[in-house]
Amino acid sequence: MIKLVDVSKHFGLHYALKDINLEVPTGQKLVIIGPSGSGKSTLIRCINMLEKPSSGQVIIDDVDLTAHRAPIAKVRQEVAMVFQQFNLYPHKTVLENVSLAPIVVSGVSKEQATESALKYLERVGLSAKADQYPAQLSGGQQQRVAIARALNMHPKIMLFDEPTSALDPEMIQEVLEVIIGLADSGITMLVVTHEMGFAKEAADRVIFVDEGHIIEDGTPEHFFENPQHDRTKLFLSKILR
Amino acid sequence: MSELIQNIRFLQEGPFAIPRWEALFSNIDVIWQGLLVTLLVASLGLVLALALGTVIGVMSTSHWRIARAVARVYVEFFQNTPLLIQVFMLYNAIPLMYPGLFIPVVVIGIFGVGMYHGAYIGEVVRAGIQSIGRGQLEAALSQGFSYVGTMRYIIIPQAMRIVLPPLTNQAVNLIKNTSVIAIIAGGDLMYAGDSFAGRYGHYGPTYVVVGLLYFLLCFPLARLTRRLEDQTRAA
Repeated sequence: MIKLVDVSKHFGLHYALKDINLEVPTGQKLVIIGPSGSGKSTLIRCINMLEKPSSGQVIIDDVDLTAHRAPIAKVRQEVAMVFQQFNLYPHKTVLENVSLAPIVVSGVSKEQATESALKYLERVGLSAKADQYPAQLSGGQQQRVAIARALNMHPKIMLFDEPTSALDPEMIQEVLEVIIGLADSGITMLVVTHEMGFAKEAADRVIFVDEGHIIEDGTPEHFFENPQHDRTKLFLSKILR
Repeated sequence: MSELIQNIRFLQEGPFAIPRWEALFSNIDVIWQGLLVTLLVASLGLVLALALGTVIGVMSTSHWRIARAVARVYVEFFQNTPLLIQVFMLYNAIPLMYPGLFIPVVVIGIFGVGMYHGAYIGEVVRAGIQSIGRGQLEAALSQGFSYVGTMRYIIIPQAMRIVLPPLTNQAVNLIKNTSVIAIIAGGDLMYAGDSFAGRYGHYGPTYVVVGLLYFLLCFPLARLTRRLEDQTRAA
C-alpha cells in the first residue's frame, strides 16, 4: 500500500506538486496521465524519494519515507523504477545489468542472481543478448532489459516514468506488451504515460494530474468516457481525435 | 675516425668532453641507485595519489557540504603552493612538531608527491564523475545502492575510462616531480646525478643520461595509456 499525505514539492517558487493525497492499494495498476510539466513525473519520483517532498508524507507499507533517518535504501530495493531514458549501466553487460544490484545490494548469491536474471531476460525476450553491452541494443531492447533489471529485484512496487517516450514509434509496442504482461503478477504498478491505448487496456485506475493537482481519479471507463473536469475533457479532445 | 673525433671541439673540452662521459660511465652504479629510489617513490607516490585523489574527487561531488569544503581546502592548498616548499616543510616541520620522530627521506618523498598529485587527481576524478549523466546515479539509487556503492560500482568505473588520459598526464608529471626530493637529499635519480656531477663538474653527460632515464620512464607510460584508451573506445 502506497500512501501520499499532503505531499507538496516546490522548486524555488514553482510548485510541481501541491497537497497531493493518494492511496494506491497493493496490486493496483495505476496509470498517471497529464500534460507535460503537470507534475506527474515528480509525483512518481517522490514515491521512491528520488525527489524529496518539500512537505507531506510518503508512506509505503507503513514505513514513512519522509521521516528522519527513514530506511530509504532498504525500501528502494522493493520499489523498482523504469526510466524514460532506460539508464542501463553502459559499462556492464546485459546480464550484469540485471544481476548486479541483487548481488551487491540484496546479498543474493551470484549463481542465484544470474539464474533469475536469465529467467527475466527470457521473459522480456532477450536472453540471446545476455553477453552484449547496452550500446549494442536498440532503444526498445534496452528498455526491456531495464524492465528485467527492475524485475530481478523482486519488487513489490514498480514505477514506470514515461517508459516509451524516448522510443521510436515501432518499438513502443514491444515494450508495452512486456509491461502489460506483468499485469497479472500482483506487483503494484504506477505508470506515467501518454499511451492512451495502454491505459485503457492495462489500468485498474487512471488519475489525471494538472498543475500539481490530481483533478481526475477513477476507472479507465470513467476517465475516457465520462470525465468530470473541463481540463480533462480538453486534454482528451486533443489527444483522442 | 679518431682523427675526426679529435677535430670535434665539444668532445675535447667543455661540459660534454669525452673524459667526463668516461667518468660518468665508470660510476654509473650511482645513477642506477638513484633510479631505483625514483622508481620506489614514484610507484608508491602514485598509489597514494590515486587513493587520495579518488577520495577527494568523491568528496567534491558529495551532497554533504562539509565533505565538499574539506576537499576544496585540500585541493586549493596543494595546487596553489609549490611542491618544493611542501616537501621542504614536511622535511623540516615534522621533526619540530614531533622531536625524535625519524621519517626516512624516501617516505617524505612518497607523501610529498602523493599528496600533491592527490589534489590534481582529485580534480580529474571530480570532472570525470560530473561527466557521468545524472540518470546513472538515479538508476543506482533507485535499486537501493548506497551513495558509496553507487560511486564504487556505477559511477567511478565509468568515470575512470574518461579520466584515463588526464590521469596518465598526472602519472608522468608525478614521475618528473619526484626529482623535487633531491632538495632534501632524497637519494633519487635527480639527487644522485646532481651530487655526482657537482663533485667534478660532469654536469653535461650526467644530465643527458638522467634526462634520458626520466624520458624512458615516462614515455612508455604515455604510450600504454594511449593503447588502453583506444581499447576502451572500441569496447
